[in-house]
Amino acid sequence: MHSRARITALSAAAACLALALTACGSGGSDNAGVEGETGTEDVTLSVGTFNEFGYEELFTEYEELNPNVTIEHKKAATSNEARDNLTTRLAAGSGLSDIEGIEMDWLPELLEYSDQFADLKDPAVEGRWLDWKEAAATTEDGQLIGYGTDAGPEAVCYRADLFEKAGLPSDRESVAKMLEGDWQNYFDAGKKFVAASDGTAWFDSAGATYQGMINQVENAYEDKDGTVIATDNADVKDIYEQVLQASVDDGLSAHLTQWEDDWTASFQSDAFATKLCPGWMLGIIEGNAKGIDGWDIADVFPGGGGNWGGSYLTIPTQGAHQAEAKKLAEWLTAPEQQIKAFESKGTFPSQVEGLESDTLLGQTNAFFNDAPTGEILANRANAIEVRPFKGPKYFPINDAMQQALTRVDVDKTDDPASSWEKFVTAVGAL
Amino acid sequence: MAVTDRVQTPPPNTNQPASRDKSVKRLAFSQKVSKWDVKLSPYLYISPFFVLFAITGLFPLLYTAWVSLHTWNLIGGQGKFTGLENYEFVLAQPFFWNAVGNTFSIFLLSSVPQVVLAIAIAAVLDANLRAKTFWRMGVLVPFVVAPVAVGLIFNNLFADQAGLFNEVLTGMGLDPVRWHSDSLASHTAIATMVNFRWTGYNALIFLAAMQAIPRDVYEAATIDGAGRLRQFVSVTVPMLRPTIIFVVITATIGGLQIFDEARVFDQAGLGGADRQWQTLTMYIWELGWGQRNFGRASAVAWLLFLIIVLIAMANFLITRRIASQGGRR
Repeated sequence: MHSRARITALSAAAACLALALTACGSGGSDNAGVEGETGTEDVTLSVGTFNEFGYEELFTEYEELNPNVTIEHKKAATSNEARDNLTTRLAAGSGLSDIEGIEMDWLPELLEYSDQFADLKDPAVEGRWLDWKEAAATTEDGQLIGYGTDAGPEAVCYRADLFEKAGLPSDRESVAKMLEGDWQNYFDAGKKFVAASDGTAWFDSAGATYQGMINQVENAYEDKDGTVIATDNADVKDIYEQVLQASVDDGLSAHLTQWEDDWTASFQSDAFATKLCPGWMLGIIEGNAKGIDGWDIADVFPGGGGNWGGSYLTIPTQGAHQAEAKKLAEWLTAPEQQIKAFESKGTFPSQVEGLESDTLLGQTNAFFNDAPTGEILANRANAIEVRPFKGPKYFPINDAMQQALTRVDVDKTDDPASSWEKFVTAVGAL
Repeated sequence: MAVTDRVQTPPPNTNQPASRDKSVKRLAFSQKVSKWDVKLSPYLYISPFFVLFAITGLFPLLYTAWVSLHTWNLIGGQGKFTGLENYEFVLAQPFFWNAVGNTFSIFLLSSVPQVVLAIAIAAVLDANLRAKTFWRMGVLVPFVVAPVAVGLIFNNLFADQAGLFNEVLTGMGLDPVRWHSDSLASHTAIATMVNFRWTGYNALIFLAAMQAIPRDVYEAATIDGAGRLRQFVSVTVPMLRPTIIFVVITATIGGLQIFDEARVFDQAGLGGADRQWQTLTMYIWELGWGQRNFGRASAVAWLLFLIIVLIAMANFLITRRIASQGGRR
């Protein structure tokens, strides 16, 4: 679980600190598209990912198809860690992988440094992705800095066995019917469940639930022109208060912080009964809940559709094998490969053809009680009405917000009001 | 010394005036060289350290000061000159003062028990044990483990709900400790990791010092009727004074720069949602790499430097007092 990447990132950071912040400068350069021969020389390509991209088997397949290529996979545990790692090495001007996976939430801040990434525009991939997916990675002057991998349409994953024990309907259709509606309806169902169950919470963490809610707001933290509105936005404050009311006062939260050791371990006990899950979360749940029966997934999402996360593959210009890297990235993000990744870890395609493929729609997931995950997530993707705007400050603001929620939900060091004050201070300091 | 000897002019010999002149010159030159040799070579011999220090210590120090006077982005690089604005901003941040408090708290929780424990362990190792070398090497094992690895191992022990320590506590019917929520608990946990690594190392330093204490002092004490404990308090500890001072100073310098253990104490690595265990070095990291604001990060780095200098001065003054108490100057 903890990869070597974490340790190397740490040591790189420590080394940088030891140099007292000096040697970490960088020179930008203008870059055109990627030129060069492929398939002739033997190369080792390093690929940096985080969480579960579902690429392990694809790498083996690619190595068989291209005997001259050896792939070295560097996997970070979390998206934050991958971001730290990328930032550090981008500044150092060396040490990045040939292909770096990046997440949607911190893509906007990288657009400012588009000269550090190869332009991947190519007639071969014209129209491969959904419009919004491609537009998000395109700079104002038309450079495409990343190839889209997956999108994160969200459904609700739940423990059918615990539902049954608490006397709630437990089959997929009835659960979808029960949770159809707004967030309050989801929380009310939770109150029923918690009252009837033996110490099991309704959801894992206030932060994770908030994430689902905030991704239905078009301009949560920033206006279209990049002005920060996070602290004066009534929508943000309402959602913040609503989720904390449900988590703490109504006792629906298991009081965990996502990605922490306790959260990972909690999948092995009956800590909570539901979890908002984008496609890429399926692989993570399956990994953490190994040996636990009863997980299922319902074709529903409170408050309409929602998208959380989804990633891109970029090629840093500091890499020595850009042409080979581009070839690999193009292959990995092709619809047929994305569907294989979906089969493996649930990373739902952002490629137009991938969405229409029968293979995808016929996909079931054995761990989730053979649920038709392909069909469910495709329906969830169609239900998305709002495309939230994410500017360069989105990630740090959202990070500050997650900490504000954790203070109240997990640490209990603050009440909602005082934690909000600290959030305002933190945003002011950005 | 040869260099001060006057060159004797040989008796006039008209046959080889030129060659004689040459030899005089040569002699004078070689004397000059040996003069330089005596004057300069000591500096040359110690220069490698100072050259290295200038490159890796002094230059970064000054350059950091330069960076701290500008707006400076991690990736974008140098911006405009802002004077002391970064310092003003940082000093007004509650997180900065919080980090100062955490740093000192973790430092005290790790250094004080460490020194006491290390002396106790050294005293035990100094006794007549079987398999002496085995025990002495044994205390050094934790020091070999990488700090990040130590962090990962201890994280499994200190997890709030699934950790071993809390399992044991709840098993005994006590309340679990909130390691990642409560400041003091988190400081204790991090200090434990630091102590785990360094106690054995310091114990060996004390052991070496103990072995240098002349045995006849103990014999005299025994004849005077001092017991084991009395000997330890009245003979061993006073004789260890210079070593204790050395260990305290090195522990201070290291302790004010705690980073690894605190950073891997949770996944996010920022020091907790309420910055319960964010140390100064982590705050530098957050500003520089999280917010990509190198100007502010450098300002904090310089403030940390000043704090360490102040503590070092205080240390120096205290040591002088202690040393003069011993009646030696």
